[in-house]
Amino acid sequence: MITSSVAELSRSLLARRLSSIELTGSLLDRIETANPTLNAFLTIDREGAMSQAKAADARIAAGTASPLTGIPLAHKDVIMTEGLRTTCGSRMLENFVAPYSAFVAERLARAGMVTVGKTNMDEFAMGSSNENSYFGPVRNPWNTTCVAGGSSGGSAAAVAARLVPAATGTDTGGSIRQPAALSGVCGLKPTYGVCSRYGLVALASSLDTPGVFGQTAEDCALLLNAMAGHDARDSTSLDRPAEDYARQLSENAGAKPLAGVRVGLPREYFGAGAEPDIVDAIETAIAGFRSLGATTVEVSLPNVDHSLPVYYVISPAEASSNLARFDGVRYGHRAAKYDDLTDMYKKTRAEGFGAEVKRRILIGTYVLSHGYYDAYYLKAQQVRRLIADDFRKAYQRCDVIVGPTSPTTAFCIGDNIDDPLKMYLNDIFTIASNLTGTPAISIPCGFDGKGLPIGLQIQGNAFAEAQILNVAHRYQQTTDWHRRVPAGFAP
Amino acid sequence: MALSVDDVQRAAHLARIEITAAEAFDVQNKLEGVFRLIERMRAVDTTGIVPMSHAQDVMLPLREDHMSESDPHKRDLYQRNAPAVEDGLYLVPKVIE
Amino acid sequence: MKWEVVVGIETHTQLSTASKIFSSASTAFGAVPNSHASAVDIALPGVLPVLNKGAVERAIRFGLAVGGTINRRSVFARKNYFYPDLPKGYQISQYEIPVVQGGSIAIVSPTRGAFRVALTRAHLEEDAGKSLHEAFDSPGGLGRGMTGIDFNRAGTPLLEIVSEPDLRSSEEAVAYAKTLHSLVKWIGICDGNMQEGSFRCDANVSVRLAGDAKLGTRCEIKNLNSFRFMQQAIEFEVRRQIELIEDGGTMVQETRLYDPDRNETRSMRSKEDAQDYRYFPDPDLPPLVIDGTWIEQVRAEMPELPESMAHRFVGDYGVPITDAVQLTASREIARYFESTVQAPVGVHLSGKTAANWILGEITARLNRDGIEIEQAPVRPHEFAQLLARFQDNTIAGSIAKAVLDRMWNSEIGGEADAIIAAKGLRQISDSGAIEKLVDDVLAANPAIVAEYQAGKAKAFNSLVGKAMAATKGKANPAQVNAILKRKLAG
Ligand SMILES: [Mg+2]
Ligand SMILES: [Zn+2]
Repeated sequence: MITSSVAELSRSLLARRLSSIELTGSLLDRIETANPTLNAFLTIDREGAMSQAKAADARIAAGTASPLTGIPLAHKDVIMTEGLRTTCGSRMLENFVAPYSAFVAERLARAGMVTVGKTNMDEFAMGSSNENSYFGPVRNPWNTTCVAGGSSGGSAAAVAARLVPAATGTDTGGSIRQPAALSGVCGLKPTYGVCSRYGLVALASSLDTPGVFGQTAEDCALLLNAMAGHDARDSTSLDRPAEDYARQLSENAGAKPLAGVRVGLPREYFGAGAEPDIVDAIETAIAGFRSLGATTVEVSLPNVDHSLPVYYVISPAEASSNLARFDGVRYGHRAAKYDDLTDMYKKTRAEGFGAEVKRRILIGTYVLSHGYYDAYYLKAQQVRRLIADDFRKAYQRCDVIVGPTSPTTAFCIGDNIDDPLKMYLNDIFTIASNLTGTPAISIPCGFDGKGLPIGLQIQGNAFAEAQILNVAHRYQQTTDWHRRVPAGFAP
Repeated sequence: MALSVDDVQRAAHLARIEITAAEAFDVQNKLEGVFRLIERMRAVDTTGIVPMSHAQDVMLPLREDHMSESDPHKRDLYQRNAPAVEDGLYLVPKVIE
Repeated sequence: MKWEVVVGIETHTQLSTASKIFSSASTAFGAVPNSHASAVDIALPGVLPVLNKGAVERAIRFGLAVGGTINRRSVFARKNYFYPDLPKGYQISQYEIPVVQGGSIAIVSPTRGAFRVALTRAHLEEDAGKSLHEAFDSPGGLGRGMTGIDFNRAGTPLLEIVSEPDLRSSEEAVAYAKTLHSLVKWIGICDGNMQEGSFRCDANVSVRLAGDAKLGTRCEIKNLNSFRFMQQAIEFEVRRQIELIEDGGTMVQETRLYDPDRNETRSMRSKEDAQDYRYFPDPDLPPLVIDGTWIEQVRAEMPELPESMAHRFVGDYGVPITDAVQLTASREIARYFESTVQAPVGVHLSGKTAANWILGEITARLNRDGIEIEQAPVRPHEFAQLLARFQDNTIAGSIAKAVLDRMWNSEIGGEADAIIAAKGLRQISDSGAIEKLVDDVLAANPAIVAEYQAGKAKAFNSLVGKAMAATKGKANPAQVNAILKRKLAG
């Protein structure tokens, strides 16, 4: 039961072979046991969860349940959840209680999901290892001396250790997909605008995308169905007809379910410094796609190499402005001692923010400042368009683009912490889809020599969620990487 | 156009973050590699390329001018997270104009 | 004149929407602190701005009224700086592409006559909250020596209207500000309440030697919340700048604050501190697109504008242009005038007379009572009847003024004809009666007659006065004059 997917649990709950009270109770027990080791949760809400579970059971009994009713869920701590502490992994918001709920949290609650708690993350979603959390790093369930990836490391580790069947995350430069890869779970970043950003504490507004972690692509589709939709409170939320993202998964497509699917292989993603074990696993997966009927085509993304610098201009620029509201006036940390107003600001922000957040605020402030705007910010936005154009052209020749999610598997805690560039390079394959606003998923596709999971990234054009989920799902039907449970967390 | 320690100090002041000389040096040092990549990006020819500010090419939606009832309850809820409040006002060190 | 004054004005016009520019909280003035401060207005983490259509519609209305260009695509940008009343740490404003560009406003300068002041732009932005400095001096209170922040005003929609530096004196600056003030009220985009901060001006002031093509270094004087302060502040600033330059000093571009108590401007060092606003397009707000259909719809609903109405008053009613400009200072005055001259009172009322009386007698009474013309106790059709009796010589001007007073003060709103009849105020125009009256006056005042004959012209007026007094003002003054003159020449 504990290791079942959302889809499986849903069938048991709706058939009343299992109650949400039972399921939620036993997962909370697991969380309480595992969390001192993993540090995946910052807040555990047993009381609230049990009362939601009770309501879910009543709804199932009344016959008004959705496929997600009664399923336990964890939210990344950057997502506002009314009445629950929402810290963003920062000292700045250590004692901040959310006075309202994010759109995605509202949607999943309305579907009947049970929120068990809030997961650890890199402070304000800045990082790729979760070591930037004020509350300490998340540990990787496959090897607890390793990082779980970041910034949504707590959600990834929680799903990997089977503490929850699904969790939310946010992805600004790879913050769902990279930890999913390093923790051996599925992580979906939808098209920008498909899920409202309302209630997400903003990192980089033009890149931030809420998304989901699950064991399977199918589970990601089920959650996306509930999370997607137009929200008038977010001016970048798209008003599109509702779609069933799982619709392609149940089609009976025979032995060659991917027949007609053109898989694009960007020359720039291979031989770009991914570890050999990762390259091998990806090649094997590509062969798997071919045997499922897909054809492969080489594509070129000549400007994709600039994704990282473009990201490290645009994202800090937007972040420096988004994080200006943390000034110790209306909420959050305020320094105890100061000389005057300016000193209060400076000490409050020096104390409330960690080293990486401060570095990015400084980068962002610098690139926007007088005399540098055109050289950095405007330039980065122009190159951003060149990258988007590359992808647009590539999608004329292929349906999905496949490659590694991350250049390395999980590294040891402390290994990259003193070298920001080395840390930033973790996101070299994931950043582009944030710049272009297009969807992508990372799914498990093997293990390296050290027994650490490897992630495969499947990217698609805008609104191609159903297709990338289908490609991932068909792959998962013939492989069992996603079924593996870390030894220390097997039931 | 490499990032200098002075640039870091100036940015820290603009961003209202207290920073020591040693910290500024450390930031400059740690960001050298990133700025090298950024310099390479700056060499890309972008003549005539329209900057991309948004991930989707959409128009700004507009809200009808309707006022929602103000809820006095909300003020107390919001101010529960405030560091210093008196008589419903947020308190800050004296502002001198 | 050696020095030339150059002034440009930036005006923050509070738009008269029910809700804020990016949130649905109320814009009402004077509420309990922070009770109109929504999650968006206090910038809770995770909340996002959504633009108010009503604010955009008002900006379009303004653009059309001044003949500016309505940009089909404009961009909201973030202006980043730290200040306690600025909740997000940035103000959402428009920078590179504003909603309105260009246009002009016709003003009448006391020295240069009528001309058009060019506008640079008008852009939409949000207001900040309010800092209350004096609220916390209660001994032992938690907030002692602190400043309290009220975010009720945060997010109120503003249209910042920027003029070109076309103004050449403090009087011209005030004429511009007054014209703009009446225009924004006229087109219904702003209530114009200066005490409540609905219309706030900043003046950019510089001086240069007459004939110089290059502009001098300017200072921006902030927060001019009355026309009188604007005039005084500019005059002080001009004197300060001239003295500084003549003494060999160098002007520094800076922001200054006008202190009305001391009638001086002083540097605002706090606002000067490292100004680098780091503008960039707000990623939360895609471009604002305004299509032609919307613009045409707004145009169709526009009222007749003061300028064209003033010209119509000249053409249709023979009103002198200077009067017509004053009559179109507000829609209410213009409506009062036009309702008066069009009232069905049997005679064709002279527009010139009506204008005279409205700008003179009516305005004086409004000012005395501190009320607006729409509250005038004498309504246009009643006033028209009074003017008709004056015009057809039923009553003299002085009597008409007395009747107006009775009408003004009457609780029931008296009718001019009824008052004239009841009080026997009809003018005496019977020449026989006036002959007799003049004879009586001459007979009773031989000393004055003698003075007149000795060459003292003033004595004539004195005799007219006696005649008028004898009839309690009812004698036709023109007839009295003529007959008296004839008899004295006799
Ligand atoms: Mg200004
Ligand atoms: Zn402004």
